[in-house]
Amino acid sequence: MSDVTSRDNKQSWFYSNIVKDHFFHPRNFIEDGEIDENRFNAIGKVGSPACGDELRVWMKVDPKTERILEFRWRTFGCGSAIASTSMASVVVTENGGMTLDEARKLKPQDIIDRLGGLPQRKIHCSVLCDKALRDAINDYYRRTQQFDKIIAEASRVIDSVAKVTDHDIEEAVLEGAQTLEQVQQKTKVGIGNPSCLPAVEELIRFYKEKYFG
Amino acid sequence: MAERQIYLDNAATTPIDPRVFEAMLPYLSGKYGNPSSFHTLGKQAKDDMIESRSQIAEILNSRSDEILFASGGTESDNLAVLGFARANQANGKHLITTAIEHHAVLEAMIQLEKKEGFEITYLKPDSDGLVSASQVSEALRPDTILVSVMYANNEIGTIQPIKEIGNLVQKYRKEKKQSWPVFHTDACQASGFLDLDVEKLHVDLLTLNGSKMYGPKGVGILYMKRGIKLQPLQFGGSQERGLRPGTENVAGIIGMAKALTLAQKDKVNESKRLVQLRDKLINGILKSIPKTRLNGHLTTRLPNNVNISFLDIEGEALVLYLDAAGIFASTGSACTSASLEPSHVILALGMPYEVAHGSIRFTLGHYTTDEDIDYVLKTLPPLVEKLRSISPVRVDEKYYR
Repeated sequence: MSDVTSRDNKQSWFYSNIVKDHFFHPRNFIEDGEIDENRFNAIGKVGSPACGDELRVWMKVDPKTERILEFRWRTFGCGSAIASTSMASVVVTENGGMTLDEARKLKPQDIIDRLGGLPQRKIHCSVLCDKALRDAINDYYRRTQQFDKIIAEASRVIDSVAKVTDHDIEEAVLEGAQTLEQVQQKTKVGIGNPSCLPAVEELIRFYKEKYFG
Repeated sequence: MAERQIYLDNAATTPIDPRVFEAMLPYLSGKYGNPSSFHTLGKQAKDDMIESRSQIAEILNSRSDEILFASGGTESDNLAVLGFARANQANGKHLITTAIEHHAVLEAMIQLEKKEGFEITYLKPDSDGLVSASQVSEALRPDTILVSVMYANNEIGTIQPIKEIGNLVQKYRKEKKQSWPVFHTDACQASGFLDLDVEKLHVDLLTLNGSKMYGPKGVGILYMKRGIKLQPLQFGGSQERGLRPGTENVAGIIGMAKALTLAQKDKVNESKRLVQLRDKLINGILKSIPKTRLNGHLTTRLPNNVNISFLDIEGEALVLYLDAAGIFASTGSACTSASLEPSHVILALGMPYEVAHGSIRFTLGHYTTDEDIDYVLKTLPPLVEKLRSISPVRVDEKYYR
């Protein structure tokens, strides 16, 4: 627990007041009796309890306007994961709801900003709800047969020897790897195939910038 | 802020006993001399430090010159493992330890394995968190120079058969007519509850730490049997026979001796009292909250340790909910490390990740009362229920029974 401190090291609690509020009073989570297949027209899922976080979302999208009317969820995870999902559910449904196009552009940083910041190594947790949201958006397009709008989050193989993808590198950076050596410790990328190293370094820079600014 | 504050994290650190604080105070002000100085103030500090050293030696049934002071449990563990292995590698490069050691031992072992060409055998505990002397016996090789097994585990409190392992190692040495392997035990969690007589335990190296027994932080002890060679980790003076140079933490050493004396004097009564509270908490949780599992052996565990997995929820979230209710516990799992890895100890019991992620440790102490346990048992169930209601996970019973 001791290293879960705020970024500025000034807050007396581990998280901002907004994070605490959403953690202790989560909004829009789904109760047992409410999981009704007919009421929701898109479902998203990401993670697994084995990796520490699992997230499921149920969405109700207005077929005419393609705005998100309801966003309900369940999360297995730490305080940041629960608060991030709760905040995401508010952001996508407020002011009449985001359109699916708008929602797809939502970035982890948008949620983090609305939460008043998260400790650096907790950023991982907020990325998940953004992924679950995109998974649900794809599910909606699949159900409504708008296949051209589905954006598959396929990963690209970077190191064909160690079978490491750009997604693996993204995960390594999110888990706190900052340098090529640290990413290699987690992924073994490039160890038997040094020719991919420039691309790896480029990706590390890209993901560091994307998530940590 | 909750109206009550119940500290149940005594395995992380304990408050300083007022009697220890009292004993330390003069050395933080008036008696500030450096024990290495050749004047009255220095001699006074040195004499008092000698007195503390001999008090500690008496408790451990050892000689004064076998007691080394360091900066805490981590340094003592490091000095025992790294210091011994590096100084004695001509005799062999194989070490034996367990998969559930504190990181101060485990990461020192990994350093030797990854960077210095040593081979390490990590003994896997049984599902109750215990290793046996026969496992050590099977792992011993002619080139084994060090066996390091913790006395009591910091996460699940299981007490390892140190006496049996020590006896075995000693016999093996006699049989082979060689001076190795030697036996180290990390006794940081044991000092308030268990016997520390090094002769009875047959240990050659033993680590203790002040801040787990109502003593000060920043001071540790390494007992090292006469004749053992260590390579120092730092350089720059002749203090502690050059094995741990640097001006001594006099106030800390005085406090450490006082704390150890008090802890060992009280240990039988305090253990008896805490075992009752511990079992009340364990039974209360297991009875009132479904899908819970005790981690570690039911009785071969420290009197103050309760470690329970709450299935379907993540430990850190529950710790924060408990914190808001004024109950201070810990996870030792998941989000405590940057890698989001769950507890290596719970995983070593053969439990899946889902079970390790939901483990919570409550460690009782001198100031824990029966009312505190009642409050925890009343507060906990609705918090677990709430977190379960927002969790999508439903772990099947077959994975945790």
